[in-house]
Amino acid sequence: MMNSSAINNKNNRVGLIAFLGALAMLGMGYAAVPLYQLFCQVTGFGGTTQRASAEEASLAERAAASAGGKQISIRFDGNIASDVPWTFKPELATDTIRIGVRDIAFYTARNNSNVPITGTATFNVEPEQTGKYFNKIQCFCFTEQTLQPGEEVRMPVLYFVDPAILADENAKDVEQITLSYTFHKAIDPAS
Amino acid sequence: MATTADTFQAHTEDHGHHDADHKPAFFARWFMSTNHKDIGTLYLIFAICAGIIGGFISGIMRMELADPGIQYLGYWVSLMGGEASFDANLHMWNVLITAHGLIMVFFMVMPAMIGGFGNWFVPLMIGAPDMAFPRMNNISFWLTVAGFTSLMFSTFVPGGTGMGAGIGWTAYAPLSTTGSTGPAVDFAIFSLHLAGAASIMGAINFITTIFNMRAPGMTLHKMPLFVWSVLVTAFLLLLALPVLAAAITMLLTDRNFGTTFFDPAGGGDPVLYQHLFWFFGHPEVYIMILPGFGMISQIVATFSRKPVFGYLGMAYAMVAIGLVGFVVWAHHMYTTGLDVNTKMYFTAATMVIAVPTGVKIFSWIATMWGGSIEFKSPLVWSMGFIFLFTVGGVTGVVLANGGVDDVLHDTYYVVAHFHYVLSMGAVFSLFAGFYYWFPKMSGKMHSEFLAHLHFWVFFIGVNIIFFPQHFLGMDGMPRRIPDYPEAFAYWNNISSYGYYIMAGSMGIFFVNLAYAFIAGKKAGDNPWGEGATTLEWTLSSPPPYHQFETLPVIEDHHDYHDHRPVTA
Repeated sequence: MMNSSAINNKNNRVGLIAFLGALAMLGMGYAAVPLYQLFCQVTGFGGTTQRASAEEASLAERAAASAGGKQISIRFDGNIASDVPWTFKPELATDTIRIGVRDIAFYTARNNSNVPITGTATFNVEPEQTGKYFNKIQCFCFTEQTLQPGEEVRMPVLYFVDPAILADENAKDVEQITLSYTFHKAIDPAS
Repeated sequence: MATTADTFQAHTEDHGHHDADHKPAFFARWFMSTNHKDIGTLYLIFAICAGIIGGFISGIMRMELADPGIQYLGYWVSLMGGEASFDANLHMWNVLITAHGLIMVFFMVMPAMIGGFGNWFVPLMIGAPDMAFPRMNNISFWLTVAGFTSLMFSTFVPGGTGMGAGIGWTAYAPLSTTGSTGPAVDFAIFSLHLAGAASIMGAINFITTIFNMRAPGMTLHKMPLFVWSVLVTAFLLLLALPVLAAAITMLLTDRNFGTTFFDPAGGGDPVLYQHLFWFFGHPEVYIMILPGFGMISQIVATFSRKPVFGYLGMAYAMVAIGLVGFVVWAHHMYTTGLDVNTKMYFTAATMVIAVPTGVKIFSWIATMWGGSIEFKSPLVWSMGFIFLFTVGGVTGVVLANGGVDDVLHDTYYVVAHFHYVLSMGAVFSLFAGFYYWFPKMSGKMHSEFLAHLHFWVFFIGVNIIFFPQHFLGMDGMPRRIPDYPEAFAYWNNISSYGYYIMAGSMGIFFVNLAYAFIAGKKAGDNPWGEGATTLEWTLSSPPPYHQFETLPVIEDHHDYHDHRPVTA
């Protein structure tokens, strides 16, 4: 039989290992935040849209030409968070485009308050499985937007739908993609 | 084992009795306790008190739901010092469901199963003198009490629309962040931090105790199944609770320090909270039921006078349930917009859990098969458990289907399902364990008649409460609402009557307790006869204050899986 200090040492070792295990899981909980963001960006999970360069867009357009020019309807949706005193809506409710071809859509935003307000737009698409095929080349949502009191601006989004969507069992039958934005007040990193 | 025990008893009586039974004075004994049995008792008393409060809250809810319309919520709002209004009434409802859920999960089932029975019987069953870290054990208990106090306190401070935290036990963002201003939610979150820290420390304690302090000859594969169940539970606690701690800490900083983990305005995502919560939340439901599985195994074997059927299968079924339990969390989130393949995976993985669970159910039945069964109260409660847990398991398999769940998500069908596995599964196993071990813990016999009566009235009551809720759910009644259309009135009314029957059965339970302490016969070392083979039955009832100063030796022929009846 072990003497009591030996068993205490052994207990402390196992206890410490278990404690480190718990600590590691706590770390994993926090690590989940960047990992989840990365996961969404890579897989388009939750309808996360993709960013593409102009070159990629031209490439997609050439691929689309050989794919036969199938059309798809895009619905535009604009929302504001409850604390943003803006009017924000798309100029067109829907648009029909050819898959792979670049198109530009406009939203108009107007600051109805008498103070300048900086907003930032969050975005996703429905159905969510089309997120990884919805590419934006330019978007007002890439940067923060400041509107002076009473100012009204047209905000462009240049986008295309990747022809690869036609090869995806879960997404090829989609007839309409809804692109949705919500403007929030930009969070000042200084505060 | 009896041979070992006789030797041991002889030892204590000859030399050790005086020292072994020396107890500190009242305050030092109960408030500064480091004795695993005293801490177990404290946990059980605490769990009973919390259970009374949580059960009383469900009574308020069932009263309100007995008829369509809002009848009583205004009364409770005024009682809490608020001003009754439509919004305040609905907020009160949210506070009630939140409190009921959190109390029952964190302050009733977990303290009773793990803190109470785990503390009492894990050291006894493995032949250890105490837990590995007795002082940490004391901290665990008092942190749990502090957590409960914090939760109760949250009811008396503003939580947005009214007093108290109305965020559901899941505390989903954004309701729990921007949706509920005021300190109530902070106190509720703090309460979870405290209870979580207490449970993590408890888990470390159990893991160390079980790995290091088993008596000579007690290999892992000879440990009683209750000890196995607590070991698996401790691992689940250790790996799941820190993730909850991380998630609710993020809630706290989102609420108070301007972080945006779950706020889209700053690039966060509220759905991430759900992923984190359920990564903890699903293992949590196994944390609540696994110790129950362990108790049922001991009890069924005892009263069938047979070793449990398929000992190794039973132990590893629990391990399998624990492992698979970590990779099924998103079945709570089928309606958050998962794509078809993700749903397919979570449906399949969830259904896989039915396999080890089925192994357990069939092994309990096979243990009883051909046994010389004595229908003592613990066995009757255990059989009630097996039957009702299976009913809850079957509705669980229904809900596991991603497609079906789109329809049933957040309906009373889900409420019926998880109450069948918890308020019938977990609670039946708690009562089974209580009647099984009460004579050992107190040294007094309870009334078997009252225990049986308690069983039947409780059985009828809970089934009347929860069975109709399946119908309500399939008809589309959403959960978490105090008011509902006329069409749901019939079964809601019946369900509420069930509550009164159930509440009456609790009266029988307390009468039985009082009877046992006032007039109960003295319990012998082993009141359940030769089927009770684990080490705790070799000690006196109640066991000496310090037991196993000379460690018992477990001999080979006590091997669990050699299927030989154990004789003295």
